[in-house]
Amino acid sequence: MATATAELAERAPDPAAPAQKSQLTRSRVRAAWLFLTPMLILLAMVAGWPLLRTIWFSFTDANLSDLSGAKFIGFENYLAYNDGEWYGVLADSEWWNAVWNTLKFSVISVTLETVLGLVVALVLNASFPGRSLVRAAVLIPWAIPTIVSAKMWGWMMHDQFGILNHMLMSLGLISSPLAWTASPDLALTAVIMVDVWKTTPFMALLILAALQMLPTDCYEAARVDGIHPVRVFFKVTLPLIKPALMVAVIFRLLDALRIFDLIYVLTSNSKDTMSMSVYARQQLVDFQSVGYGSAASTLLFLTVGLCVVLYITFGRVRFDGR
Amino acid sequence: MVETISTPNSPTEQLALYQQMLAAKSPDIDVYQIDVVWAGILAPHLVDLKAHSKGAENNHFPSIITNNTVDGKLIALPWFTDASLLYYRKDLLEKYGEKPPQTWAQLTATAQKIQDAERKAGNDKFWGYIWQGRAYEGLTCNALEWVASHNGGAVVEADGKITINNPQAVKAIAQAKPWVSTITPPGVLNYTEEESRGVFQAGNALFMRNWPYAWGLSQSADSPVKAKVGTAPLPKGGEDGRHAATLGGWQMSVSKYSANQDAAIALVLYLTGPEVQKQRAVELSQLPTLVKLYDDPDVVKANPFFAEMKDILASAVARPATVTGSKYNQVSSEFFNAVYAVLSGGKTAEQSLADLEASLKRMSRGGKW
Repeated sequence: MATATAELAERAPDPAAPAQKSQLTRSRVRAAWLFLTPMLILLAMVAGWPLLRTIWFSFTDANLSDLSGAKFIGFENYLAYNDGEWYGVLADSEWWNAVWNTLKFSVISVTLETVLGLVVALVLNASFPGRSLVRAAVLIPWAIPTIVSAKMWGWMMHDQFGILNHMLMSLGLISSPLAWTASPDLALTAVIMVDVWKTTPFMALLILAALQMLPTDCYEAARVDGIHPVRVFFKVTLPLIKPALMVAVIFRLLDALRIFDLIYVLTSNSKDTMSMSVYARQQLVDFQSVGYGSAASTLLFLTVGLCVVLYITFGRVRFDGR
Repeated sequence: MVETISTPNSPTEQLALYQQMLAAKSPDIDVYQIDVVWAGILAPHLVDLKAHSKGAENNHFPSIITNNTVDGKLIALPWFTDASLLYYRKDLLEKYGEKPPQTWAQLTATAQKIQDAERKAGNDKFWGYIWQGRAYEGLTCNALEWVASHNGGAVVEADGKITINNPQAVKAIAQAKPWVSTITPPGVLNYTEEESRGVFQAGNALFMRNWPYAWGLSQSADSPVKAKVGTAPLPKGGEDGRHAATLGGWQMSVSKYSANQDAAIALVLYLTGPEVQKQRAVELSQLPTLVKLYDDPDVVKANPFFAEMKDILASAVARPATVTGSKYNQVSSEFFNAVYAVLSGGKTAEQSLADLEASLKRMSRGGKW
């Protein structure tokens, strides 16, 4: 793909034999559209249409028990002033609490996953006996469906029967059982812990792929010059895998900002850990306010978009691998 | 042939599932088992059973039939009713010379005393009082009992007035806060009924607040607390308070989108009839909604506590579902979150109930539900 566009870009401004070239270009473009159309139609159906519908619902007073009776009410779901009081998602302190929770969760978990993933990838990149077995084993947490691992951790973190408390107590690290998912100080930590456990393998895998593509000559040169391995890591390895690392981080960031299942299974609708998605679902389903919930979903979409734009701009991420 | 679908444990999630299925007009499920507080929310999707019941509704408790009648339509028939109870360990109360508590203050004192003694005797995991503190519908039931037992009202009264911000209610909620981590494990803030029963039935608690279903299970052959359990009405909020139990219960209703409505209605009539209700009362200690069954010798023999259930049911508090209609879920959610904020130490009871009053006023635009 990257080479094809590069070729096109090189050929297009060529003044020689323009008619023939442009005909070729045109047929290529036509072929490209032909191949892309089915995917675009599918995307429009499964992603575009629901998105537009959600945005439309956010401007109505739609209710879950009767969607057909929805009336257009403008921006009232977002922000409205009535009798000296502000209404709407943007005036709801719970929404801002959810935004803050989500950002906190995303930044901390993605940072931890990146650092740990890098460590795991570096270990797996070294050759040692049984390496392929360890590589497969590391992937297990990522292969377990989120609901299953969330339930599993829910039981392991149970304050009375949980194995986690049992282990920590027999090691003498804590004196009384901790209420991992119930205590407001611990709940978010517990959620982050499970997420890190689950998605570090994903980061490790992406980084490992980048590590294996690195040219060996830089390392040989470094060894000949007697450079310290830590210096080699920061001066050679890190800059070389940076593009892949940045893309891996953005994948995780997108995922983390939409976090729902893990939080909902572990702590349900508790305000201490409520993310933007949990907030939107509560409004949409529990409270049947499809209009209001759609406004929250739309804001979630905009927030995720904003975060990604900021990240790409300031992180100078390039997707073409150059 | 009847196929059953397993639903989530937590009623909050069950309702969410039902709403999604019904909003999509799904014909997959013919008969829904619905909670007593959902009648107003789900009514538009359910069949009026009046024409088919041939007067069967007259044999049930009239208050439940009134609850299940929305805009003149009988949208569900009661299957069993529920009112919460205080379970206690007979053997331990005897051992330490205590009686079942009459007030919450007595409960706190007894629980603390026996918990300390049992822990000294080597049972590290022993707790005084177990209840349901997760931020879900069950906490609404627990907290409503605390408030009502202190004569603090029912959050929203029958005329729509929001009464929750009163000194008695503040006292009731504030009294529960110090239980957490003293006589109650801190994890109770994430417990539903089943987690509570797990701790109690394992023999690790003196008192438990739960529904009648826990009785049958605690008396099963492999239960460590078999024959050691007693029941009593939930304590009063001080000497001038009253015993208050939240009224629960489940109903059977038929979906409008069912392809086999006649068969579904026949099934509902059978399940809510005397034969099944008696069997379920004897085997599962579910409280029948058919008044006659309370005098049935087999039923009374299997469940000695049914005799006192009559009084408990008579004084039970209904959740403010009828008056708040389709907004009930939001009211309940605001209420349990406000209580949860106090229990988890985020806010004082005064502050939290004042905030709750403000948000309920805002939701109802000044008590006009």
